[in-house]
Amino acid sequence: MIRDTAALPNEEDVCLQESVDSKAILRIIESHNGELGGLIAILEEIQAEYGYLPEKSLRIVSDKTGCSMVDVYGVATFYRSFSLKPRGKHLILVCLGTACHVRGAPRVIEEFERQLGIKAGQTTEDKEFTLDTVNCLGACALGPVVVIDGHYFSKVRKSRVSQLLEGAQNGFGKLQIEKDKRIFPLHVSCPHCNRSLNDETFTIDGQPSIRVTISSDHKQGWLRLSCLYGSYNFASEFDVSTETAVSFLCPHCGVEFTSTLDCSVCAAPMVPMLVDGGGIVQICSRRGCKNHMLDLI
Amino acid sequence: MITLKINGLNVSVEKGSTLLEAARFLGFPIPTLCHMDGLSPYGACRLCVVEIGEGPKAKLVSSCTYPAEEGLTVRTASERVLRARKMILELLLASCPQSKIIQDLASAHGIRRQRFKQEHEDCILCGLCVRMCEEQMMAKAIGFRGRGEKRSIGTPFDIKSDVCRLCGGCIYVCPACQLRCTYTEPEKAICGGCANLSPPCVDKEQFNDMMCYMSPCVACEIKKD
Repeated sequence: MIRDTAALPNEEDVCLQESVDSKAILRIIESHNGELGGLIAILEEIQAEYGYLPEKSLRIVSDKTGCSMVDVYGVATFYRSFSLKPRGKHLILVCLGTACHVRGAPRVIEEFERQLGIKAGQTTEDKEFTLDTVNCLGACALGPVVVIDGHYFSKVRKSRVSQLLEGAQNGFGKLQIEKDKRIFPLHVSCPHCNRSLNDETFTIDGQPSIRVTISSDHKQGWLRLSCLYGSYNFASEFDVSTETAVSFLCPHCGVEFTSTLDCSVCAAPMVPMLVDGGGIVQICSRRGCKNHMLDLI
Repeated sequence: MITLKINGLNVSVEKGSTLLEAARFLGFPIPTLCHMDGLSPYGACRLCVVEIGEGPKAKLVSSCTYPAEEGLTVRTASERVLRARKMILELLLASCPQSKIIQDLASAHGIRRQRFKQEHEDCILCGLCVRMCEEQMMAKAIGFRGRGEKRSIGTPFDIKSDVCRLCGGCIYVCPACQLRCTYTEPEKAICGGCANLSPPCVDKEQFNDMMCYMSPCVACEIKKD
């Protein structure tokens, strides 16, 4: 029932809610055809976008899917993976299942709590880390298990905690790229003038970046993409907001890369580039869309 | 029509009726907390357990959700049923010891002493108010939130719902209700003041357009004249 202590959103929450982009949420809902059965999938995507479920987004979901606010809120509070409070940049999950518990997970979480200065379920003041517990990750033989930003760590001891925190801040993704054999560098060139787009003077992921010119809203500037196939790291001269599609041009001949294909995920035009050794790699021109295709001959 | 045997009596009931309806039709009392005519069966309180089947295959089911079946044998007050019912009542009493309805039921079942730690909850999660709000008042202002021991009933984000009309229906049906009327502060809770005949709310302007569960309420009618 309605409690007397109706919590009013504090100022910070209001600011955060204003930053909720209703267009992005509408696009997520539309991609599920506004079906009620897709509610969990919709909420998952919103959570992936914002790191938590803002109140405003839940109201939009309720409006558009025709699912009542009570039901949406019920689902959002039922599942542990959904959070209604803003989370930090890095999410640390410590397994406290039976096996992890007897193998010493309580000591590990104590150490995390001590080093971060927060309790489980809280977020550090600088919004860097959120510490939470889970009840089982299904990897009991490897316990105690810790998951940081989707990376699993097995047989974690108290002494490894500080190393893990440091690793989280530097990004585990970068360390793993070199080890993963499925990620390989590409040398690409302009399909019009056939000159190489790889730029030795600017490196991303430790490899020469792919330099292109992008144009958006009458602004032109360089964009450097990682040449590692499978890496989405990039650098650009001016900031392109997510969800906008930009035109890609060759920095040598200035001709725009055009493709007959549209992105199968978001319908933005694809950008083709020739791969040395034969083949075409196509990437989606919308910022934030990770769709791409590689055709090797 | 379906023929079945309740407490040794052969009876015929209409197809689609539940065991609870059949037993009550025959005059066998079955206590419930979460059942109400006009609301969908929910089976939350488990007080209405009855024993069905014979011998070693006999089992306890909640009669409010179990449909009457051809040839079924039902016992509404066997020793096993009473024992289970008593246990359930003791547990309900432990979570809501201040509820008059539960106290009365416990007393009627011969419970004289509390074995379990009293929790003093204000809700037994029977879902009556949720179903009342959705099915009778067509509002869906309150619902279940959370899971497990954190499960609770309330509005999303604990703020007054846009679809709540302050009808008071949820308080009216609640068997454990601790949500007291806040009279003249409509933002805080449902009024329900008109449940007595001299409610303080009738003179307040903010209640003029309210759709109330008690409507037509004597106090409101008097005020209009």
